[in-house]
Amino acid sequence: MTAMQKLLQLPVNAVNIVKTVQSQVQGQEEDKSPVLSPDSGQQTWYNALQPDELRHLRSGGSGGGGGGGGGGGDQDERAALEEGGGGGGSFQTQPLRHDDLKEMLDSNKDSLKLEAMKRIVAMIARGKNASDLFPAVVKNVACKNIEVKKLVYVYLVRYAEEQQDLALLSISTFQRGLKDPNQLIRASALRVLSSIRVTIIVPIMMLAIKEAASDMSPYVRKTAAHAIPKLYSLDPEQKDQLIEVIEKLLADKTTLVAGSVVMAFEEVCPERIDLIHKNYRKLCNLLIDVEEWGQVVIINMLTRYARTQFLNPNINESLLEEGSGGDKTFYGSDEDEDEDDDEKEKEKKAEAAAMAKRKPYVMDPDHRLLLRNTKPLLQSRNAAVVMAVAQLYFHLAPKAEVGVIAKALVRLLRSHSEVQFVVLQNVATMTIKRRGMFEPYLKSFYIRSTDPTQIKVLKLEVLTNLANETNISTILREFQTYIKSMDKDFVAATIQAIGRCATNIGEVRDTCLNGLVQLLSNRDELVVAESVVVIKKLLQMQPEKHSDIIKHMAKLTDNIQVPMARASILWLIGEYCEHVPKIAPDVLRKMAKSFTNEEDIVKLQIINLAAKLYLTNSKQTKLLTQYVLNLAKYDQNYDIRDRARFIRQLIVPTEKSGALSKYAKKLFLALKPAPVLESPFKDRDHFQLGSLSHLLNAKAGGYQELPDWPEAAPDPSVRNVEVPEWTKCSSREKRKEKKVEKPFYSDSEGESGPTESADSESDSATASDSRSGSEESGSGSESESEEDSESEEEEEEKKSKKKELKKPVQESESEQSSEEEDRKPEKKSKQQKSDSESESDEDEESESESSPSESEDSESEAEVKKKKKVAESKPPSKPVKKEKKEMSLLDLDDFEPAPSPQVTPVNTLLSNSLVTDLEGLSLSDSVLSPATIAPSSALKNYELLHRITGEGLTVEYCFSRQPFSPDANMVAVQLQFTNNSSSDTKSLHMEDVKLQSGMRVKEFPEIELLPAGETASAVMGIDFCDSTQAANFQLCTHTKKFFVSIQPPVGELMRTVFLTENEFKKEQGQLMGMNEITEKLTLDARCRNEHAIVQRVTAAANLSRVPCGSDKECRFAGRTVTSSSLVLVTVATREEGAAQLTVNCEKMVIGTMLVKDILLALTQ
Amino acid sequence: MGEHRRRSAQTTGKLFFLSVVQTEVPPLFVVEFLHRVADTFQDYFGECSETVIKDNVVIVYELLEEMLDNGFPLATESNVLMEMIRPPTILRSVVNTLTGGSNVGEKLPTGQLSIIPWRRAGVKYTNNEAYFDVIEEIDAIVDKSGTTVFAEIQGVVEACVKLSGMPDLTLSFMNPRLLDDVSFHPCVRFKRWEADRVLSFIPPDGNFRLMSYHVSSQNLVAIPVYVKQNISFLETGSCGRLEITIGPKQTMGKTVEALMVTIHMPKSVLSVNLTATQGSYTYDLTTKALIWTIGKLNPQKLPNLRGSLSMQSGVPKPEENPSINLDLKIQQLAISGLKVSRLDMYGEKYKPFKGVKYLTKAGKFQVRT
Repeated sequence: MTAMQKLLQLPVNAVNIVKTVQSQVQGQEEDKSPVLSPDSGQQTWYNALQPDELRHLRSGGSGGGGGGGGGGGDQDERAALEEGGGGGGSFQTQPLRHDDLKEMLDSNKDSLKLEAMKRIVAMIARGKNASDLFPAVVKNVACKNIEVKKLVYVYLVRYAEEQQDLALLSISTFQRGLKDPNQLIRASALRVLSSIRVTIIVPIMMLAIKEAASDMSPYVRKTAAHAIPKLYSLDPEQKDQLIEVIEKLLADKTTLVAGSVVMAFEEVCPERIDLIHKNYRKLCNLLIDVEEWGQVVIINMLTRYARTQFLNPNINESLLEEGSGGDKTFYGSDEDEDEDDDEKEKEKKAEAAAMAKRKPYVMDPDHRLLLRNTKPLLQSRNAAVVMAVAQLYFHLAPKAEVGVIAKALVRLLRSHSEVQFVVLQNVATMTIKRRGMFEPYLKSFYIRSTDPTQIKVLKLEVLTNLANETNISTILREFQTYIKSMDKDFVAATIQAIGRCATNIGEVRDTCLNGLVQLLSNRDELVVAESVVVIKKLLQMQPEKHSDIIKHMAKLTDNIQVPMARASILWLIGEYCEHVPKIAPDVLRKMAKSFTNEEDIVKLQIINLAAKLYLTNSKQTKLLTQYVLNLAKYDQNYDIRDRARFIRQLIVPTEKSGALSKYAKKLFLALKPAPVLESPFKDRDHFQLGSLSHLLNAKAGGYQELPDWPEAAPDPSVRNVEVPEWTKCSSREKRKEKKVEKPFYSDSEGESGPTESADSESDSATASDSRSGSEESGSGSESESEEDSESEEEEEEKKSKKKELKKPVQESESEQSSEEEDRKPEKKSKQQKSDSESESDEDEESESESSPSESEDSESEAEVKKKKKVAESKPPSKPVKKEKKEMSLLDLDDFEPAPSPQVTPVNTLLSNSLVTDLEGLSLSDSVLSPATIAPSSALKNYELLHRITGEGLTVEYCFSRQPFSPDANMVAVQLQFTNNSSSDTKSLHMEDVKLQSGMRVKEFPEIELLPAGETASAVMGIDFCDSTQAANFQLCTHTKKFFVSIQPPVGELMRTVFLTENEFKKEQGQLMGMNEITEKLTLDARCRNEHAIVQRVTAAANLSRVPCGSDKECRFAGRTVTSSSLVLVTVATREEGAAQLTVNCEKMVIGTMLVKDILLALTQ
Repeated sequence: MGEHRRRSAQTTGKLFFLSVVQTEVPPLFVVEFLHRVADTFQDYFGECSETVIKDNVVIVYELLEEMLDNGFPLATESNVLMEMIRPPTILRSVVNTLTGGSNVGEKLPTGQLSIIPWRRAGVKYTNNEAYFDVIEEIDAIVDKSGTTVFAEIQGVVEACVKLSGMPDLTLSFMNPRLLDDVSFHPCVRFKRWEADRVLSFIPPDGNFRLMSYHVSSQNLVAIPVYVKQNISFLETGSCGRLEITIGPKQTMGKTVEALMVTIHMPKSVLSVNLTATQGSYTYDLTTKALIWTIGKLNPQKLPNLRGSLSMQSGVPKPEENPSINLDLKIQQLAISGLKVSRLDMYGEKYKPFKGVKYLTKAGKFQVRT
């Protein structure tokens, strides 16, 4: 599968383009490259730094490609159209014409670019080398046209490995894409980035994956899971880090992610079965809602898991079942040495049984959960899913329950012949072990003349395996029709099948033998030969009874020409020459006559026959034997010469002959065990059914052995899911957490909520979890699915309206739930578990996580706590906290956003950021000196609208450095309106927002009235997309409109994060190289102490201090608001005010600008 | 690199889809995916042939790009794919050439993110219609003497749903107990089926297979026609005789249509000289397939085909008589007796037009001679 893509791209290696031309072209390319190299995106990036007017001018001109002029473009277009009409068949043969493709790619018309890309992809598909176009293609990676972009991606993924250096040009575009507010763009950027196999970017990929793994959007997280195996195959040394990511993603509760992450798990670290413990129940419960491909992967993995964790459910039955009937009679019922084996087996089983008796088997509830939750998937339309469940049942279920899979597998037999082939292989293996299961479906395996031969043979195999005393007559009758088939290979297989039935079922042996003997008169030689071979095997069982058959066969030597059959007959006669004393020498006589014309295999048997006859009946055959041996002595084949020499020495007594010849008779006429005719599928079941290895009967690369059941079950408690770590902080927090999740739960479940929760409270842990889980997530009840569909539709809007939609519900529900909770505080953790497991919608999930901070009462609790702490130790930090507190009170407004004129930013970052905040607080108590906290009173005000231009209205703004509640990716901007005029200003609002692409704005609520002389404030959110481009908009009053723009200093594009010293070092270690910028500086005279440095840095940028062991260094950390890229700042002081500033940031532009800003702050 | 192993899936007899596998992967996973790819091409281009794929290589690339990520299936629902990459139509290609538009949807594929990935959002129709076709196939093996060796009924419910918005449908049967083994489109709520034996689902937009089922084997299968045949190859004279008559057996009062007989003759049959009382026959010399197209079965005047077969001389007469494969159709009848009782719609206000059609076909219907 992996190769699907590769396959399509492979033929390109067949390069047939003239080398010289290529190098020439490349030479040109290199000349051009200085112009081309910065992708256009990068340019617009810097544009932001330039004044607006300039950009306007530029945008009027060329779009930023540096292509030919307008006239050239037109020409290109005409050419393209002509060629497009021509079908584009011939252009590949002329490498020179790549130039026009290049021109088309350089033009600024999307249609031309698209046409060029289409032709390039067509070239790739035809196996032509298009790699010399790489530079021209790669700069279109930032093209706005989606189709062009997609085709460029196709191209990039194909050629990036060959053109590593040039491929790097595209990386920044993807890095930017990774921060895009649109989840689909983030995902596709990650997808392509991770598909570019360039070793240098491994760290970038690693970082991108890590980041995406904690993305809000489950779709992006899914893509991150997909990227893991790609990175692993590129650089296996990343394994440890990747396992961390996998561990994190395994904990994800959304169905979208589950399948992909398990796939990554299977590819990267299938041996780390311990990672599954905690997620086992969740995976079981989500299973039914996972997309079908994911289901297959998960089921296969869980089969392996269950084999290591649970006890064999059949441990008690195995003795009874296998000892008394079933398989035993099937295999070599009356063979002596088989008996021995069986006895040994029996002993073993007896031991096992004894052990089992000592400890009666009780199925682990988790084991039961798995079986129950997979069963419905047998009804899947996807054959792979059905097969996966079937093998799971076969390997894991108690014998009594395995039967359910038969029906489903039989259904698959109606499918395409490839599917039939695979299914029949597996059925064949299953029928050996569990015959009873398929017996009712015997007729479904009847063969039609239209089936392909390999299907026929497999069906025959199954029929043979299913044969027993009761149905053998039907089966033999069926076989009789098959023997007449025109498909001779199939006939041969049928004869062998009859032979097997005869060996296995004693009652029909004679019937079969008679039937086969009749076949000996068949006109088709193949049929006769095959019959002879099978009869030979059958006769070996009871030779004394069947001397007439042997006689009959002896006659056949005149007619049958198939060497194998002749050899078989000769062997039979030799072996049982004592039963046919008269005929045997005659046969030898005939054979001696024709010896020279026989095939080698027949010759060997003639020698064999001669030797045996010589030993038993030397009187009659001495001369014949001599004759044959002499003929053989001069045979062309050295094997035959050898054999003759050997036999002569052995049987003809001479003076020299050693002790061995005394035993010649014993050697030749020893009692030979009858061959056991057994199924080629006998031992296949040591491969996991449904696997490629099973199909090939050979271990495929990457196959994971299915482990044997453990003797004693490992500790089942490892699967108990704990309360997520961060809720452990305090009991208070725990309750808070719970309280908020509950409303979410009932909210999404509609009216079924209360009953469900009651359910899970009363039931025992696993059972209830599983049931409620699957019902909820399954497409069970109607009401809920309606909910589903609604939420589907609203998904888009939700993001913006989230607050409005959810808050009122949450408020009321949370009250209710808190009551409930008081009643049953001890059920907390359990309930929470079931809650979280039931979540299927990704958005809701993230929301529920963030909701702790939204719900007001809990918030205030937290606030109280915070305040206490703050009050205890650090007065300078008070302002911040105060503000925060204020906000949490204002939070009320948030529930009814519409009428409220002021929305204040609320602390609604992701919950973990809240936690880090809290952690930060608690830690800073002990570690940091009071002076290190950013003095937020120093927030700088910027002017948005001057009093004079604003005709009396002054507007100032500052970056409040608070998380913006409606959207964590936005920077909160606090606006302060002052009405200096004498008249009231009405309906203050914003309009006509002009933004760079990717940027978004959340407008502040309209201020209806601003009386003269009054001041009002409002908060708006801007997602600057981690750039310092200005947001332009119009500020409108009831009478006037003002053009204004807000441009953020780079330091405001961050939010603080708390890191420990170790984390800091670790992260810094990953952001080396291009991502690190170092500057030497001389500190301003006034800021040579630590405190001053901290103050200045934190004023310049919204960073938080990282504790540091050395007093020569100050460290700060933050994350960019939109993309959450880490920003690490280190100021190391030296003597005499010298210092070194280091900024580590994945976003190089941000890093550079930040260095500038901080430098300025520290030196002035 | 490890060994490369191949897995191929055949479709429509002409094209092979090949996937190279380096490591362990469930074979059916690959096969099933390849079939999805073929189905998607079918949906997009109307047929899945070499020329079509060559002509649309760019779309093929785009599709594969969306369907696979590093070998793991991504979006295989054709509803989702159609939203991302629009299928080519003549009109659109004309428009695209003129305006420079593209086949790639400007919209981002929200379907991929939704919990019901099979349905597009914002579907609108002026005529809201929902059609269901209950199609049953009889698989049977009838032996020489006319006794049924094996017979079973396999059915599918094909749906064509063109409804606006997010309709939630419930389809119930008069006699659901008939159904023995079922498999559903992912949209069907399995729990509802388990509990109430009704199909409750939010349908995908357009054509899809709602369910396939197997009628429980306890019920005797009605075999709609009988075949009287006599095929013999004479030992001498290198010729043979053939006579086939087909008559109605259990047709539940409906007419049998599109009756067709296919016989794969032994290799030694050189030509045939037959007369048909109804319909016409062809004999393909290379494949040795005798096809007799009959059409409607008239109970008053039974169709008959008789005549001689000329054989290659000097070749021993064929061991076995060729088996007869039958094709037939019976409109407005589900041979198992399955009936849809009602279709209800929730979640949307409008009144949809509903229709149910029944059809019985011969599946793998073989008469041994």
